[in-house]
Amino acid sequence: MDIGYYPGCALHGSSNDYEASVRVCMKALGVELNELEDWICCGASAAHCINKKLSTALPARNLGIAEKQNLKSLFAPCPMCSMELTKANEAIRSDEALRKEMSDIVETPVTGNVDVVNLIQVFQAVGYDAIAERATRKLENFKPACYYGCLLTRPPKVVKFDDPEEPTSMEELLQKLGAEPVEWNCKTVCCGGGLTLSDEEGVAAMTYRVLQNAIDSGANCVVVACPMCQVNLDMRQADAKKLGLTKDVPIFYLSDLVGLAVGCAAKDLDIERRYVSIPKDLK
Amino acid sequence: MTKPNQDWSKRVEELAHTRLNDCYQCGKCTAGCPRADVMDLPPTRIMRAAQTGDILNAARATSIWRCLSCLTCTARCPKSVEVAGVIDALRQISIETNTFSDESLKVVGFQKAFLRNVRRNGRTNETEMATDFEARYFFRRFDVMNVVRLGLLAPKMLARGKMHFKLGSPVKDKELVKRIFDRCGVEL
Repeated sequence: MDIGYYPGCALHGSSNDYEASVRVCMKALGVELNELEDWICCGASAAHCINKKLSTALPARNLGIAEKQNLKSLFAPCPMCSMELTKANEAIRSDEALRKEMSDIVETPVTGNVDVVNLIQVFQAVGYDAIAERATRKLENFKPACYYGCLLTRPPKVVKFDDPEEPTSMEELLQKLGAEPVEWNCKTVCCGGGLTLSDEEGVAAMTYRVLQNAIDSGANCVVVACPMCQVNLDMRQADAKKLGLTKDVPIFYLSDLVGLAVGCAAKDLDIERRYVSIPKDLK
Repeated sequence: MTKPNQDWSKRVEELAHTRLNDCYQCGKCTAGCPRADVMDLPPTRIMRAAQTGDILNAARATSIWRCLSCLTCTARCPKSVEVAGVIDALRQISIETNTFSDESLKVVGFQKAFLRNVRRNGRTNETEMATDFEARYFFRRFDVMNVVRLGLLAPKMLARGKMHFKLGSPVKDKELVKRIFDRCGVEL
């Protein structure tokens, strides 16, 4: 299987461990990633607050490149990117005037016919059973709290993925790989990642709420599919401790666990650079 | 002739692609909002202010910049109102009219620094962006504790190879990115 690939800024910056994890995991699953040529930032959390038109134009430029490269589907491992790309794609497809305006602004024709997918959807396309067949080890000892955060499932009308209140797609996959995901209450409660640099105190309270609920529900790790959630839950855990967080919680990317199950080495998945270190029995 | 406040409501509706009067003030958005406890005007009251045309007052609310855009309000609205979209529209208006509250300076400063960086590089260079943002904030507020916090965090990021001074791979056509910003009328 080969697929278009939009890494996004975080994966080329502070979350380059996520990029390593995704690339190694995808290689092991036989998924070839064709990186979008000369991609630009999607606008992330900033464009939609400051200028509506820009928040469509930045993703539109990337969609235009994908169309030019004839990529039918585009994988964005960051849910902020995949949501913004999906939103722009839908808006452009359903509005002829916008289609023309955006094509002019971004200097390349954009029609809105790219299928944008997140990390879990790539695993679904490979097939959970096919992944389980490739597994070389059982994910024993793993009791993950699967954390979806905000943008994997919201807004539901745009992303049309899983259930916005009770998603289960990560649990289903990890169960097949031998892990024992826990039932918990904060699967889709925001961790505060969007303001991790500009409202530290407020964010610490949100991080605490999510992580303490994971601990109280019996989890020994949290699994995410978002670079912002990962860095926030991991880096801000020291602040959450001050609010009473009862123990360290390692934060994995979903691609780490799938990678480990199909035989990738922990070192290649780049799981050693976390703020909260990963215990030996979870490597 | 429409009154100025009706013009503002119309602008919000256009930006947010939603009908303000669809909101029947049930309060479900506020009930699920993870930031309602730190908001001066929670989402339901933001919606009411927008309905009555009290846009500039709503744009002054600190809450629109405390919102994390988690989209829980939009996802749960029984009338399918784009509540988070209304908040985005108010943010844009608050920047255009320079009416955002003083308390919101740090968050507004972050979002602007982020986009300045994208305009310049095409992609976010996080270290350069954070330096620009923190330096400007320091000279507005002289918040020494903030510098201390950053001083404690930076070595941890460096030790984990999570701070980069150059982009992993630079954008070739940076001028095109500037043209996109200019055509959208972005002022930073």
